[in-house]
Amino acid sequence: MLTKDYKSLIVEWYLIVQLSVRHSVCPLSRDAGLKTFCGVESKAVARKPGGELQKFRKGDVMLLENCIIKLKDLVVDYDDERVIDGLDLEIRDKEFVTLLGPSGCGKTTTLRVIGGFVEPSAGEVFFDGKDIKDLPPHKRQVNTVFQRYALFTHLNVYENVAFGLRIQKLSEDEIRQRVTEMLRIVNLSGYERRSIDQLSGGQQQRVAIARALVNQPRVLLLDEPLGALDLKLRKDMQIELKRIQKETEITFIYVTHDQEEALTMSDTVVVMNQGVIQQIGSPEDIYNEPKNAFVADFIGESNILPGIMKRDFLVEFGGHEFTCVDKGFAPNEQVDVVVRPEDVKIVPQIAGQLTGVVESIIFKGVHFEISIDAMGHRWIVHSTQSEEVGAVVGMSLTPDDIHIMKKMEE
Amino acid sequence: MKSKLPALPYLIWMALFIVVPLGLVVYFAFTTADGQFTIANISQVGQYTGVLLRSIWLAAVATVLCLLIAYPLAFFLSRANYSIQRTLIMLVMLPMWMNFLLRTYAWMTLLETSGLINKLLGLIGLGPVQMINTPGAVVLGMVYNYLPFMILPLHSIMTKIENTTLEAAQDLGANWWQSFRRVVLPLSIPGIMTGVTMVFVPSISTFIISRMLGGGGNILIGDLIELQFIGSSYNPNLGSAISLVMMVIVLLCMSLFNQFDKSEREGIYG
Repeated sequence: MLTKDYKSLIVEWYLIVQLSVRHSVCPLSRDAGLKTFCGVESKAVARKPGGELQKFRKGDVMLLENCIIKLKDLVVDYDDERVIDGLDLEIRDKEFVTLLGPSGCGKTTTLRVIGGFVEPSAGEVFFDGKDIKDLPPHKRQVNTVFQRYALFTHLNVYENVAFGLRIQKLSEDEIRQRVTEMLRIVNLSGYERRSIDQLSGGQQQRVAIARALVNQPRVLLLDEPLGALDLKLRKDMQIELKRIQKETEITFIYVTHDQEEALTMSDTVVVMNQGVIQQIGSPEDIYNEPKNAFVADFIGESNILPGIMKRDFLVEFGGHEFTCVDKGFAPNEQVDVVVRPEDVKIVPQIAGQLTGVVESIIFKGVHFEISIDAMGHRWIVHSTQSEEVGAVVGMSLTPDDIHIMKKMEE
Repeated sequence: MKSKLPALPYLIWMALFIVVPLGLVVYFAFTTADGQFTIANISQVGQYTGVLLRSIWLAAVATVLCLLIAYPLAFFLSRANYSIQRTLIMLVMLPMWMNFLLRTYAWMTLLETSGLINKLLGLIGLGPVQMINTPGAVVLGMVYNYLPFMILPLHSIMTKIENTTLEAAQDLGANWWQSFRRVVLPLSIPGIMTGVTMVFVPSISTFIISRMLGGGGNILIGDLIELQFIGSSYNPNLGSAISLVMMVIVLLCMSLFNQFDKSEREGIYG
């Protein structure tokens, strides 16, 4: 199954995950999960020209039905450094939401605020409509899967999972029943008596998930839970996590810096940078309609070029004028032009709108990553056809391939 | 097969300075002054049961007090930032750099009937209180001298308990006491074991502290042994016998403690 480009690769992987999930869930909850607000609402927003909604600040608060967690005007400072800067976020019940961003963007801090481990300097935290800002972690109806698992090494697998239930002083029978059921869900039946250091990384990971989920929290917080696993295991666990989320119908808030992971598993992706939300949307929207150059660059690879908006539907960049689908900019406004590497078609020199010299070719398995120098700008192009290094080639773009973004304020 | 050569110096050392002396102690304990076999020395130890019991009791009290003082300190120390930890650990160790005798002498002058504490008490119309030559003074001396041996192993084991482990306990609904009881305590048991051993063993065999702070009325098993070797009642055979009995007692105490530790852990495993 040779796919043509990177985008279809991601879409395909997304489908694999969704399909594998489909087998184990009741159709009702799946439908509910897919028809998220972002699928409808933010698409409409994203179609607006330019990047009017680059940042979600005060006043942009969206009103959601069955919103379970709401962060309002959240500010967090660590030693005079602002980590979260006026963040507004609402999360729907039973959704798989991913906070995505580079390290230091405030995504883990946001998660810790919800968990109760970080006290915000300002702002409000609502859980199911109630202000929980002053509630200590042990009284919150959320559980966390920690980055490095934080398992109890003095307890075996069974007792690790049973920990929260013992705190609740449940009967031995109920504990046994729930722990056994949870270990079945995470595929660890038969490992009850194992000690933690006898387990592999992936198994420890699943104990951490079981230990949190067994308490039947309304919301599960996951802090880069797959970061320490190898690629193969990570892919398996992605499917596993998605399946568990569908099966348990618990809201997952998932933190990662891995864009592919975010696109694969989420109903909604929240892209963050420097303590500010850049875009909220479904994986498809985030990928196809990035709101600004940061999102475009962070989600998949992008060619980002400076351009000038000549008039509606006409943009100039790379020494050539292109028809595009965007309008509503000031005449001759400076913009960022974003083109996905897989959208660039390599054609004979005369047939291309742009011409360039092939600088290098890297084989990436499904496609070749070709670096082309065109008028001093290095383009990254994904193609299933190889080219000669040093060859002069043409590049062709259709209006749909060109995404115009307002310049980022720095 | 790996060469055992590097271990040789240690084996020789252990043979010369541990096994041989131990053998000699056993030999002396079971012989008379003329070298005849006898169990009279061992049976004679029976008359010192009171001293033995007092030694065990005072050492146990001192160990428990050390544990109670050191445990919270070690825990909060392990949660503090690195520079605070380093400074405070330095302060804990500082008295250990002072001569042991000097430290104990200092307590003598403090506790004496005409000592500093009683003078201060006199100023506010109290006392004088009999402090020196009491069992309490002996325990105080033990706690003061051996406290660092409790703090250091506890601190070193507690720094290995990660903050996220405690957060995980809280996250799962455990309040302060529950996270302590179910996570911190079981994880710090190895440190408790080491600390208790390192305080209990020197406490039970001390003779300086009891002689200087306990007066004649509070002699311990260590004083008794000393008397047999360099004291007025010179009798190395009896001294060896008492030493041997004490060794057995310490071994029994430690294995009893180990047993307690084991059942404690199994209790937690459920």
